[in-house]
Amino acid sequence: MMNDIDKLKEISRNLRKDILRMLHAAGSGHTGGSLSAIDMLTALYFSRMRHSPTPGASGPRDRFILSKGHGAPALYAVLAQSGYFDKKHLMTLRKVKSILSGHPYSPSTPGVEVCTGSLGQGLSISNGIAMALKLNKSDERVFCMMGDGETQEGQVWEAAMTAAHYKLDNVTAFLDNNGLQIDGVVKDVMGIEPIGDKWRAFGWEVYEIDGHDFGQILDAVDKAGRTKGKPSLIWAHTVKGKGVSFMENKVAFHGKAPSREELDLAMAELDAA
Amino acid sequence: MTEVKMKSLRDAYGQALADLGAENENIVVLDADLSGSTRTSIFAARFPERFFNMGVAEQDMVSTAAGLAAAGKIPFASTFAVFASGRAWDQVRQSVCMGKMNVKIVASHGGITVGEDGPTHQALEDIALMRVMPNITVIVPADAHETAAAVRRAAQLSGPFYIRTARDKFPVLLREDVEFTPGKAARLREGTDVAIIACGIMVSKALEAAEVLSNEGVSAAVVNMSSIKPIDVEMIVSMARETGAIVTAEEHSIIGGLGSAVAEEVSETEPVPVIRVGMRAAVGSSGAPEELLNLFGMNTEAVVEAARKAIGMKKEPAATQAKTVMTG
Ligand SMILES: Cc1ncc(C[n+]2csc(CCOP(=O)(O)OP(=O)(O)O)c2C)c(N)n1
Ligand SMILES: [Mg+2]
Repeated sequence: MMNDIDKLKEISRNLRKDILRMLHAAGSGHTGGSLSAIDMLTALYFSRMRHSPTPGASGPRDRFILSKGHGAPALYAVLAQSGYFDKKHLMTLRKVKSILSGHPYSPSTPGVEVCTGSLGQGLSISNGIAMALKLNKSDERVFCMMGDGETQEGQVWEAAMTAAHYKLDNVTAFLDNNGLQIDGVVKDVMGIEPIGDKWRAFGWEVYEIDGHDFGQILDAVDKAGRTKGKPSLIWAHTVKGKGVSFMENKVAFHGKAPSREELDLAMAELDAA
Repeated sequence: MTEVKMKSLRDAYGQALADLGAENENIVVLDADLSGSTRTSIFAARFPERFFNMGVAEQDMVSTAAGLAAAGKIPFASTFAVFASGRAWDQVRQSVCMGKMNVKIVASHGGITVGEDGPTHQALEDIALMRVMPNITVIVPADAHETAAAVRRAAQLSGPFYIRTARDKFPVLLREDVEFTPGKAARLREGTDVAIIACGIMVSKALEAAEVLSNEGVSAAVVNMSSIKPIDVEMIVSMARETGAIVTAEEHSIIGGLGSAVAEEVSETEPVPVIRVGMRAAVGSSGAPEELLNLFGMNTEAVVEAARKAIGMKKEPAATQAKTVMTG
């Protein structure tokens, strides 16, 4: 039998293929940031989050908010794999009347909690959910995924203050620190360092990991779950375009879908991996 | 005339909210360091565990409210109207409205009657900014009683609401047990020559104007159009048909507010002259509320003047027109 980590690796390898196929079919969309985040989403949805695709299912329900909404293909891949909707919808991404909008749009997609895409709002939303869960004396948790460029938005820091002020230890935020944004390298566009010191200064516990190492991801999620009295940031070093050699660390693949040839090459690489 | 009672809309909000808090555990309240001014402080004192001061961070406040709603709470979020509608516009749009989240934004200090704080604090664009949002109900109550009714109704109905209150006290016009229904306007006075469609403080000015006009032999109807969105199209159309001339009156820019909303409906259904009374200057000024209403033409005289103008613009009936042409 496969152990948890090998199982997750296999799932994420297949989800990477789903992401590339849906983006190719759509002809546009955000490839790089979907591939940098997919391992963390895989770990959450297939190992740590308590959730069910059945509406109104009993039992605890942890929440996930994709603050970096342009990573929607990664979210759609895990939701389809989890059974929130049929996988056949993935090939309708970004098309008229599809249930899968270019960015998360909750009214049309099962499993999507809120609308995101305009960056910087997801952590505030996560805090709001966490406050409600605390009022309900629930042990359910909220996970949020932010991009590193996204943290240039002022609202992120308002939310960072709020989570610490209200001691929202049921909030765990991931920072997908792939080092790139649209116009180039984060450090050149608008530096966000020192990352750990900033978040710690804002009152957060910070766990620094390799965002593609399932052992480290799971361990950090568990540690965050045991952290009391303050929110946790999982500062994940990642590679934009991870898993496809010619997409890795390429700014050009931020908002570009793979062509037919690129898709074939990528599939061959992922099959061989 | 009997003496007019003055009552504060924000006080009415604060009290209604605290009452709601006692009735419904799911009501939660957020404010951005203005709880004393918006009157959410009354709720905060009674239900501290359900009150969240977000500090001076309106964008965070609005998105946090959306999160609370996503988890089943009924959040009321308050700050000044300039900040609620302007500073947090994108958050209202994406976090709240697009997902039809059950968030109630109750913004105090709407309009020019903010007074002495001056141009930067006078929300004269908020109705326009909120009216264009998807899935939202926009309400500008005429008095304290309607404010309380609107707040109660908002708590019962699912979905985003924007309710505008005011710093100043307004005359009490409506009964204490007035009901509020989104999309329903009320005829406060019947009339046949012109219809004055107003919201907020301008409803009381419209009633005064109708009185002045009646002394001149002009019969003016007055409508309280507190529900800006959805707007009562039926009422607008019947007013256009019955009177053939419309005046709108609001404490807001003439661009994008009630006047625009009415003109949009009238021009598509029953074209008649529509004269907008509202803010025509670029920005306001510091000063006493009543002084500013006079200075910027949002007073009884302005409504009277607009009514005369609208009536003067009425097209003559076709038969008379033909006769004029023949004899001329
Ligand atoms: C408020 C806002 N401004 C601009 C954009 C356009 N935009 C989309 S993605 C992006 C860069 C985001 O970079 P990062 O957060 O690092 O994302 P990742 O590298 O994970 O893809 C920008 C500027 C947006 N979606 N929202
Ligand atoms: Mg990035």
